[in-house]
Amino acid sequence: MYRYTIKSKVYRFEDLKTLLARASPYRSGDELAGICASSYEERVAAQITLADVPLKTFLNEVVIPYEHDEVTRLIIDTHDTEAFEPISHLTVGEFCDWLLSDDTTTQILQSIATGITPEMAAAVSKLMRNQDLIAVAKKCEVVTRFRNTIGLTGHFSTRLQPNHPTDDPKGVAASIIDGLLYGSGDAVIGINPATDSPAAVANLLILIDNLRQQFDIPTQACVLSHITTTIQLINEGAPVDLCFQSIAGTEKTNSSFGISLELIEEAYQATLSLKRGTAGDNVMYFETGQGSCLSANANFGVDQQTCEARAYAVARKYKPLLVNTVVGFIGPEYLYDGKQIIRAALEDHFCGKLLGLPMGVDVCYTNHAEADQDDMDNLLTLLGVAGCNFVMGIPGSDDIMLNYQSTSFHDALYLRKVLGLRPAPEFELWLIKQGIVDDKGNLLSVDSMHGLLKAGKI
Amino acid sequence: MKKAIKSAELLIALQEFTAARIAIGRAGTSIPLKESLEFKLAHAHARDAVYSELDIIGLTDSLKQFNLPVLHLQSMAGYREQYLKRPDLGRKLNEASLTRLADHHVPTDISIIIADGLSATAVNANAAGLLETLMPMLQAVNFKLADIVLVEQGRVAIADEITSALKAKLSLILIGERPGLSSADSIGAYLTYNPKPGLTDESRNCVSNIRPGGLNYKQASKKIFYLIQESFKRKLSGFLLKDNAGLLK
Repeated sequence: MYRYTIKSKVYRFEDLKTLLARASPYRSGDELAGICASSYEERVAAQITLADVPLKTFLNEVVIPYEHDEVTRLIIDTHDTEAFEPISHLTVGEFCDWLLSDDTTTQILQSIATGITPEMAAAVSKLMRNQDLIAVAKKCEVVTRFRNTIGLTGHFSTRLQPNHPTDDPKGVAASIIDGLLYGSGDAVIGINPATDSPAAVANLLILIDNLRQQFDIPTQACVLSHITTTIQLINEGAPVDLCFQSIAGTEKTNSSFGISLELIEEAYQATLSLKRGTAGDNVMYFETGQGSCLSANANFGVDQQTCEARAYAVARKYKPLLVNTVVGFIGPEYLYDGKQIIRAALEDHFCGKLLGLPMGVDVCYTNHAEADQDDMDNLLTLLGVAGCNFVMGIPGSDDIMLNYQSTSFHDALYLRKVLGLRPAPEFELWLIKQGIVDDKGNLLSVDSMHGLLKAGKI
Repeated sequence: MKKAIKSAELLIALQEFTAARIAIGRAGTSIPLKESLEFKLAHAHARDAVYSELDIIGLTDSLKQFNLPVLHLQSMAGYREQYLKRPDLGRKLNEASLTRLADHHVPTDISIIIADGLSATAVNANAAGLLETLMPMLQAVNFKLADIVLVEQGRVAIADEITSALKAKLSLILIGERPGLSSADSIGAYLTYNPKPGLTDESRNCVSNIRPGGLNYKQASKKIFYLIQESFKRKLSGFLLKDNAGLLK
């Protein structure tokens, strides 16, 4: 039991999970779950109470029972006590100030990452303002490699997302070529297939792989199918660079996705065994998003942001190349408007980076959310400042398969220009060689004889 | 700037392969204003559709031709913002509406429900037109139809409660789909055999993107009619039925 008194009013919080939920900045999903603070005062009372909770408490009081949830077991069993040592004496509030301190450098943050549990990260994020989430995340450099190097300070990558409602190969190829000519695609060329049929997925993989080899593009391909489809395709010899899976922060949610830690491990080992990476062996690509646990009716009274942070414990185990929080896709019953989407994205980016993950964000919204392009511009700019590893690149922001709006090829160019950011180094060299950008990173106009344009007319 | 925008023309040949917004050119590195305004207009249509309201008078009037009583009900979501934040309330009828259904004792085969969903605009534009094609097909094989129900602030699952109360064997709900940038006027048709409150989506079959520019009334009616007949034959709906629905293609 946690309690705090304001004037004569005593606020009681039954347990740690309740305290975390009440301390969470307001969002519609926690209200839908019936777990958010019932007044502004209660929320701040919870935050003040949370600030005094020692970090050590999080190792003894779990939000979902150890016996019932393999994600909890993963968090507790893999906690790195040595890395935790330097912060083990702190409360959540002291941890917040410590993170912001100038003495807490990138190297120090990297050295304690495995000592932080998702719940500790979630807790401290609830006390932080947006600028704190940005300031600390910016200090957390997380670099990963497959055929290129993603996440270096001063660099900013994109997933080229050439989706098509019927997976038409020419339609997909047209969007890929358009994107490459805008300098997009260094994080991955990643397609959401319209169907999960192994044959269709294999065709798309072969399409990208041929293009990549023909033009010697230093990037990786992914078709975002279910992990079991990917395992099957690996066994059949399809050119699988990265293994994709959507993951969440509770065992029950993951099981509703048809996955378990054991299955992810199997897929991870299978993908590693292909040894297709040339710059490194980060082979996993995970997607997450606040609200998925409640949506699967498997949140167990835990707030959606804490559930989300727990998904990062799952991701962390498999040394991913990319982790993408698809922040505004889930709809207004979880994140109602631009303000909530922006806050959630900054929290996810911060928590993921603090835990040592290569975080990217799908800066996005649906048409029934109270948000528009201006909100996305704000969020994109904030994430650029925060050192986000990558965002999506979609023709004109309009995903005609998934029917939502994300960031365009142009958006990434805007961010690179105003913040002086560059693509992954290997990819940038390729862009220069192809005459797509000059050596200062300025986009050039290609002529109609460019090889990529000819490839598109096949 | 002119030169930068012009270079996109070389890409235009690729547009024939996809409806994606490729080859839109650039102003500096940004999206040219013309394209930006087109996008804004598409989004405006979608937003207006989300906040549009059922045309109860117009719909009631155009449903008269089917010679069935038309009931007008409301969900527990009192207004649009609440509807968007609380999907659970959109799945239940409010008390006054429940009372209105209380005296329906005669069992029927099919109850047809029309709900605003996320685009009343879509329903106002397409629900009656679809039924003009579908109704004769249903009546020709002597299905016994319940009163037609119009529901405001309704989600798909509200059909379960309504159909239970109307004592019909199968529910067919026509509902406004989440508007996309390319279309804000699509309706979806969901059918559920033996619906009861608490069912989830795997118990339903869906025919989606119904609008003149998408799946037209005739094609949609054919699909829906096939699914309804199969559903009655096999006394079930949902993914088990879907297996055979592939025959339609």
